[in-house]
Amino acid sequence: MTTDEVWSALAEIPDPEIPAISLVDLGVVKSVEIEGERVRIELTPTFIGCPALERMQAEMATAVEELGGEPEIDVVLDDSWSTDRITAEGREKLRAAGFAPPSPRAAGATTLLELQRGVFRCPYCGSADTTLENIFGPTPCRSIRYCNACRQPFEQFKTL
Amino acid sequence: MSDRSDLLLAIADDELFLGWRNSEWTGIAPFLEEDVAFSSIAQNEIGHARALYELAARELDTTADELAFDRDADEYRCAPLVQLRRLEWARTIARHWLYETADEIRLAILKASDDSEIAGIASKIDREEAYHRMHAEMWVERLLATGEGRARFNDAVDELWPYALGVLDDALRPELRERVEERLGRKLPDAEPVPRGRHETELRQLWEEMTMVRRSAPTGARW
Repeated sequence: MTTDEVWSALAEIPDPEIPAISLVDLGVVKSVEIEGERVRIELTPTFIGCPALERMQAEMATAVEELGGEPEIDVVLDDSWSTDRITAEGREKLRAAGFAPPSPRAAGATTLLELQRGVFRCPYCGSADTTLENIFGPTPCRSIRYCNACRQPFEQFKTL
Repeated sequence: MSDRSDLLLAIADDELFLGWRNSEWTGIAPFLEEDVAFSSIAQNEIGHARALYELAARELDTTADELAFDRDADEYRCAPLVQLRRLEWARTIARHWLYETADEIRLAILKASDDSEIAGIASKIDREEAYHRMHAEMWVERLLATGEGRARFNDAVDELWPYALGVLDDALRPELRERVEERLGRKLPDAEPVPRGRHETELRQLWEEMTMVRRSAPTGARW
């Protein structure tokens, strides 16, 4: 069993809330270390109160066991996850599934003005003529926007 | 108990109680968007409480659930601001905005802590709280835009102001006053802060509700 094999197995686990992307695409796997039979994985959660966290841990453990390893999944409560950890491939999968991917953090933390006036493209038609409906949505990581061009509401991943 | 776990518990208790209070709007907020917003904010706050309880639990050799639900009502350290039950919209928004403003000041200090666990968790919490602050600000803007909204919001802020001061230590209170007065464009009266440690009657009522399942199934409920 190699770390590459573990990473590949983890890349097969869908995110419990947005199954279009994997846990690796989402960037929540911080590290994988192997010592003999033991496989230690650091899991860096998206939102602290994310109810999917326990399920992610359990599914990672199962994936390691299927490879014949002894899993140790540590949840790290530092500030290491941000939406910038979502892979380029993950961002495209999100868009294809109807979720507008988050804007990069490079520009600094999002402000209210940016949410209200900023350029957020509709994942369905690509128009930038969209308005903020609600900062909060069906899960803590998403906002609701409305596309004035194709008249379709859509979910926007928050930049975090 | 160390100063560190004392601090962690105080903030965790604030977040747990406020999260619980916010969740009281689930299903009955004035419109659907706010139902979703307050439910999400509640979920985040309770998540923050869990993470902070977990840090404290490692030091106190217990668990987050035991700290959250197995203490006696008298042992909670939350600020009276989050204990109050005010199911009225102007007061809900006023408390939300005052708490988030105070919390931002507190988190800025914690983010600069030389204790890397505390600095890390504070920084992660703060990035989520940024969205709560934007939500609160949107409502302050909306309420201040009309005569009736302004009157109701100002009344609510005046009532809650001594409680808001009580969220922070002495040293941080002037900063809170400055920010709140600047946003409202008016001076606030000198008020005696309602200090942390004081227990409103609502605290025990909420505690009864919050711990009911734990107390009815002390060996652990199975679903």
